[in-house]
Amino acid sequence: MESNIEVKQLNYTPKDFASDQDVRWCPGCGDYSILAQVQRSFPEIINKPKENIVWVSGIGCSSRFPYYMNTYGFHGIHGRAPAIATGVKVANPNLDVWVATGDGDLLSIGGNHFIHTCRKNVDIKIILFNNRIYGLTKGQYSPTSLKGQVTKTTPYGSVDYPFNPPKLALGAEATFIARSIDRNAKHLQEMIKRAGLHKGTAFLEVFQNCNIFNDGAFDLLTDKETKDDHVIELKHGEPLVFGKNKDKGIRLEGFNPVIVDLTDGHYSINDLWVHDEFDPSPARASIIMSFDEKEGFPTPIGIFRQIIKETCEEGITRQIDEVKKKKGEGDLKKVLYSGNTWEVK
Amino acid sequence: MEKEKEKDPLELKEVTIRFVGDSGDGMQLTGTQFSENTAWVGNDLNTLPDYPSEIRAPAGTLYGVSGFQLHFSSDDIYTPGDQPDLLVAMNPAALKKNISELKPGGMIIINSDSFDAKNLSLANYSSNPLEDDSLSGYQVIKVPITTLTTKALEGIKLTPKEVSRTKNFFALGLMYWLFNRPLDTTINWIRQKFAKKPEYIEANEKALKAGYDFGDITEIFSSRFAVSPAKLPAGIYRNISGNEATAFGFLTASVKSGLPLFLGSYPITPASEILQYLSEYKHFGVKTFQAEDEIAGITTAIGAAFAGNLAVTNTSGPGLSLKSEALGLAVMTELPLVIVDVQRGGPSTGLPTKPEQADLLQAVFGRNGEAPLCVLAARTPSHCYTMALEASRLAIKYMTPVILLTDGYIANGSEPWKLPAMDELPEIPVKFVTEKEGFYPYSRNEDLVRPWAIPGTPNLEHRIGGLEKSNIYGNVSHDPENHHLMVTIRKQKLQNIQKDIPDLQVEGDEDAELLVAGWGGTYGAIKEAVEKARNKGVKVAQVHFNYISPFPKNTDVVVKKYNKILVPEINLGQLAYMLRSEFLTDVIQYNLVRGLPLRVSGILDKIIEIAGGKNGK
Repeated sequence: MESNIEVKQLNYTPKDFASDQDVRWCPGCGDYSILAQVQRSFPEIINKPKENIVWVSGIGCSSRFPYYMNTYGFHGIHGRAPAIATGVKVANPNLDVWVATGDGDLLSIGGNHFIHTCRKNVDIKIILFNNRIYGLTKGQYSPTSLKGQVTKTTPYGSVDYPFNPPKLALGAEATFIARSIDRNAKHLQEMIKRAGLHKGTAFLEVFQNCNIFNDGAFDLLTDKETKDDHVIELKHGEPLVFGKNKDKGIRLEGFNPVIVDLTDGHYSINDLWVHDEFDPSPARASIIMSFDEKEGFPTPIGIFRQIIKETCEEGITRQIDEVKKKKGEGDLKKVLYSGNTWEVK
Repeated sequence: MEKEKEKDPLELKEVTIRFVGDSGDGMQLTGTQFSENTAWVGNDLNTLPDYPSEIRAPAGTLYGVSGFQLHFSSDDIYTPGDQPDLLVAMNPAALKKNISELKPGGMIIINSDSFDAKNLSLANYSSNPLEDDSLSGYQVIKVPITTLTTKALEGIKLTPKEVSRTKNFFALGLMYWLFNRPLDTTINWIRQKFAKKPEYIEANEKALKAGYDFGDITEIFSSRFAVSPAKLPAGIYRNISGNEATAFGFLTASVKSGLPLFLGSYPITPASEILQYLSEYKHFGVKTFQAEDEIAGITTAIGAAFAGNLAVTNTSGPGLSLKSEALGLAVMTELPLVIVDVQRGGPSTGLPTKPEQADLLQAVFGRNGEAPLCVLAARTPSHCYTMALEASRLAIKYMTPVILLTDGYIANGSEPWKLPAMDELPEIPVKFVTEKEGFYPYSRNEDLVRPWAIPGTPNLEHRIGGLEKSNIYGNVSHDPENHHLMVTIRKQKLQNIQKDIPDLQVEGDEDAELLVAGWGGTYGAIKEAVEKARNKGVKVAQVHFNYISPFPKNTDVVVKKYNKILVPEINLGQLAYMLRSEFLTDVIQYNLVRGLPLRVSGILDKIIEIAGGKNGK
């Protein structure tokens, strides 16, 4: 309850989180929206004074993010943000540690740190700005670029298969996995808040438009005309329904998701798959994540799955406490003078 | 304990023993136990474990031979000994690989049971050396160790394999008899180690005592030997290896600075033990983080330094290469960080279990951009303690990464360590900034050191990172003048450390013509060579660098004072390169890169050659 009282006293506004630095992303970049939604969400989820927030980043357009937040910030080196953030969190578990990163930074050069941070369940929040392109180096393909995508380094189309980031996070046992879209401000704010309130590694993928090197990559998911038929919003305890008139649903038949028409009288809303974001088994979340690769299926956004288990720094702190209880506070002299000692007179 | 002493043991001043056998024969354990015992009876000692990088190479093969050399004395000693006086060989391969190193007329104790056709052929012996006259220049003591151990253990419920594994304790017991030693240290160790396996305690103790008694009741040795306690300075001592001393150094630095210790680390030979040791000290609040790779080892440490911990990462050569980019980040963000590089043979994977000194230039220069940092080197196993403590002090005081170089020889080797009195330990003051008034992330004190303002401090929110920052204010800056200024400031800040470190100490004949200059783990060999040369009437002085970046402030004066400078190194001349370029003075190189410590005799020959005027400038 104590923390609730604090929240009221803190009374932060979005402006409190804006630094005095000029924001220097390209005009029209999706990063502006992510920054704005973070600043708007923070007053509602930050339950301790803001000097306890640390933003860590790697290299790339998105990694300039910490400079624009009036919190502690560390602009690291390419790919290493999750490791730097882990060090910050383990060193001082009282800090709220956030990572801003991109698809090249997190999934290519930093892939190893990403999966191990998830595996260890370090309590840090990772926001992946996924624009499916290398922006800062001016337009080479990234590990989330689509097969066939034409970029500066794939003039004949990419032959690589892209990563499905939520699936990678799920495979690495991240305890909170969600997705949102830069242009869906309300939804994005909601996801940032939910990630912030999670205890453990929270992974939030944000589809972000790079209007210079990969413009329109997510148009289908953001254009008024098409978005309802191409996006499905996951809500805990609710059936999987999508479409302009909420006229389509998804059923789970065995391991297979099936799209059904809710207007032809065969199926009603009661026959649909009801989303359970707290499902202990990762199987269903994995099937939802596979919608991305299934012809005709909508792209899911929302929280795929979240579970609670001991975090890395909790484990480290617990063990320190246990050993202290067993052996007593460390006594330097006792340790140095242990073993076979002898005296020379 | 002993029934009688028929004759007095033969008093020796110093002895070098080498235990050799298969990697599975427990030679490292035997050597360590004998060392502990040697330290405990008060001899000065120095050890050199030498093992293959294969954990269990096929039994009986030449490349599976593991060894442990131990030099002990009633006088001060500084090296593990050039050549053993006594070889304990558990199989033909071990004999074959080591016999050429044994001193002429030296003693060999051999497990004769292992000299069967199969093992002889695995060792590429065309005839049995125990039967031909190839060993006639040595005193050969054949002991059927396997048979005797098996007999001694009759009735204990163990598999034949388990029984055979205790034969190293038989050999150890025999050596304890030969050197007139008590068994207590090893019996205590066995009882602690196998507390949960009483049958192992019984078996190992029986094997140990059987070996001792075998020496006592048979007359295969013409006499026993004794080495009197060394006249070391008064104090409490323990035996310590370099890696354990390094771990203790950081533990002490954590206590003296009041900062929690964070070690980000990835296992690598021969540095992993530092992580292993420190992971035991959780009751000191130590946080050991076994990272996913070398890069995460250092970057987690950088994060922990930003958050206000005493941050350390440890590695060996290839790992230092992987950490290079992050070292640049630590230079740029000006955070305190200690990196231990336990050097091994390179390049690439090289010789993982063998010592070398070839990472010096990488440590001093191996980063993109102008990225100066502090480089220190430890000279002996126990000196690792002092230098780990010193590295922590300098890192914190000057907000800089510090690389501490040790090597596989001093890391695994051991020597008696005079334990420091608690009140003699240096304080390590830490000042976290808390005042908003006048705070800027890159403002600087008189030593050009920026403030350490850690997350959690109200009103001091700021951002740092790898991009160039404007001086004082710390905002991202691409301004040409500012960049030049910052590059110069970072260099000057490092140079300012000179005021805070001790001068080079000249040992030996200060007024000599010849100075022998070294750094790191070659200290002992150089010292012994210099002393031997002086005993032969050659005038020679010695300096040894604990600080290489920056060099001590009297370095210029010292190197210019001597007509000739000899620089022995286990590389192709890296300190030599630095001395020449920094002080415009020529030096004579002595380089042997065999994956082994330098021999005293080699350095001595070189000194005499130079002093004889045949190889001056």
